Amino acid sequence: MKTLIFLLQKEFKQIFRNKILLALIFIIPVVQLLIFPLAADYEMKNISIVVVDHDHSPYSRKLISKIVASGYFNLYASAGSFEEAFRFIENDKADLVLEIPKNFERELVVEKSQQLFIAANAINGIKAGLGGAYINRIIVDFNTDVRLEWIQPERFNAVPVIQVTSSNRFNPGMNYRFFMVPGILVFLVTLVASYMCALNTVREKEIGTIEQINVTPIKKYQFILGKLIPFWVIGVFVFTVGLFIVARLVYGIIPLGSITLLFAYLAVYLVAMLGLGLLVSTYCQTQQQVMFVMFFFMMIFVLMSGLFTPIESMPAWAYVIARCNPVTYFMEVIRMVVLKGSRLADIRLHFIVMFGFALLFNLWAVIHYKKTT
Amino acid sequence: MFRDRKTLLILFGLPIAQILLFGFALTNEIKNSRIVVCDYAKCGISRQLTEKFAANNNFIVEEALLSHHQIEDAFRSGRIKLAVVFPLDFEDDYQHLNQAHVQLIADATDPNTANMLTAYATNIIMEYQNLSLPYQINTETRMIYNPELKGAINFVPGVMALVLMLVCVMMTSASIVREKEYGTMEVLLVSPLNPFMLIISKAIPYLLLSLVNLIVIILLSITLLGVPVNGSLLLLFLISILFIITALSLGLLISNVAQTQQTAILVSLIGLMVPTILFTGFTFPLENMPVVLQWLANIVPAKWYYTIVKSIMIKGLGFGAIWKETLVLAVMTCLLLMISFKKFKVRLE
Repeated sequence: MKTLIFLLQKEFKQIFRNKILLALIFIIPVVQLLIFPLAADYEMKNISIVVVDHDHSPYSRKLISKIVASGYFNLYASAGSFEEAFRFIENDKADLVLEIPKNFERELVVEKSQQLFIAANAINGIKAGLGGAYINRIIVDFNTDVRLEWIQPERFNAVPVIQVTSSNRFNPGMNYRFFMVPGILVFLVTLVASYMCALNTVREKEIGTIEQINVTPIKKYQFILGKLIPFWVIGVFVFTVGLFIVARLVYGIIPLGSITLLFAYLAVYLVAMLGLGLLVSTYCQTQQQVMFVMFFFMMIFVLMSGLFTPIESMPAWAYVIARCNPVTYFMEVIRMVVLKGSRLADIRLHFIVMFGFALLFNLWAVIHYKKTT
Repeated sequence: MFRDRKTLLILFGLPIAQILLFGFALTNEIKNSRIVVCDYAKCGISRQLTEKFAANNNFIVEEALLSHHQIEDAFRSGRIKLAVVFPLDFEDDYQHLNQAHVQLIADATDPNTANMLTAYATNIIMEYQNLSLPYQINTETRMIYNPELKGAINFVPGVMALVLMLVCVMMTSASIVREKEYGTMEVLLVSPLNPFMLIISKAIPYLLLSLVNLIVIILLSITLLGVPVNGSLLLLFLISILFIITALSLGLLISNVAQTQQTAILVSLIGLMVPTILFTGFTFPLENMPVVLQWLANIVPAKWYYTIVKSIMIKGLGFGAIWKETLVLAVMTCLLLMISFKKFKVRLE
């Protein structure tokens, strides 16, 4: 036991000696936690639209002002022809072009039906899809207005109609930040903790001080624990700062569920991820190798964890990979506990899985770490 | 460099893995969502609608009669994402008042998913009614550059920028600092070797490596993902070389400043990765960000490269359209190189 305490003292001293590193560990995650959610917004606003109005009638002008008034669109320019408008799309100045044909108003009243043309820059498929959907909604609204001008509305509908009312639970403000911030916190804590642990261990190998430790009577598990614990503490610290200071003060996120539960899960999760870092470091000889191998794993883990894109939407093979990914589970847990107030019973499975990962990674690391080469 | 098998493996494997992931696994579409239908009405229409929901492959339907409290519990345990409730007097209202209500309750933890699921469900209900009224305005929508709305078309240029940037920066910064750490740097500096030659000799292998990576990415995109190269391949390569040099210069700068490999690696990785992912514009649209961040994005070289690649690969435009962005990249490279050379100490302190 005493050996362990000495080891820990040494580790902490080494870490705190490197001032730049300290700054990195604490400042960069905080900064990124601030910037990331601000930037990460899928809600579509400021869609640039160029209108080609061949009609110049009261109806067409009304439609255009309705589009602008919606708040989703910026009328970037009015063009005289479709070719002119298309050039705006080429230059990335416009996302959408709306073409109103000649005699739009007249034809609509007389023929009772008309056609509008929309062209969207679909490189970003989501943007084009949503932009198209918004503008269609506005057009449908406008359509209803026109219709009501010409037809008397009945007290009861002529034809039976089904009305849909929708409501949203847990996040009625539809605030995307509530969803992203916990996820990004997980991402950053994972990155910082496991990377530092892996790098630190390999550094000893590279520099050669590990040989000196190997010749001492220090047992394998003591060495591994000595490497795990300091970074576990750092991980918990970063998470705490992120959750209570940044998330609460800047974003107003207060966990709905039990904080004890959250931290209990964090504890197990960190053991698992640090174990992974250690495992990787036992297989690598240089820091550069560790850097790349960890990067590879982190990239895949984070992308497949459901941080940005939902895992249910993945094809079956990818879904299996996502389920074998430890980060996925914490991602789900943090969102469930913080936003929905889920309880222990709800995340029982997640706990079991994470214990499994922690055991797997750490045992593997201990077994693989040889004191003699 | 070739002695280090593991790193080499990762350097080549990484772009491939990323392309596979972004191309096939990561998508913003919502599929396979579990929903619950609470059919209290049990009439012809509600049964037909339930069947329509089940037939739609976006939804996995579970039928149960849940109270609102139970629905919340189900949300909380993550079992379902949406609840469709047909109230008891649905049929009565439909027949006698010509107006019936359906309630959709969504789990808005992920607002995007909630929005899309609600929209899908509403669409299904609206389509079922299929009213055609007089004074109808129809719209014809044309999707340019990407008629099938493939997510890959947006991602692939971004992945190119990300991989090239990260690999180049990490590799150069780490390798130069490693020599510093090992002490072999002193040996090289003492030799009659020109320091500039030294740096160039470090950069060139990674330049070639990145070009190979680039070729692999483009090949994969064309064959597996069906992403076209509509413009000039030559132009694409030339600009890519410029971008690679920009990234290498950045790595150079970091290696001049960092004392240990750990610092170099962590700065490159944690300090660079997230801004690059964010501000390039391929994960989240830049227009959505607060103006301050949009300005910040202009500092990230990858952003300019991404625009250039999109213009060449997808829109098929020529140099005339991208000369401005190319100029920005060239200026950045010169700046970075100048600062690095100034700081490069011929004698180590």
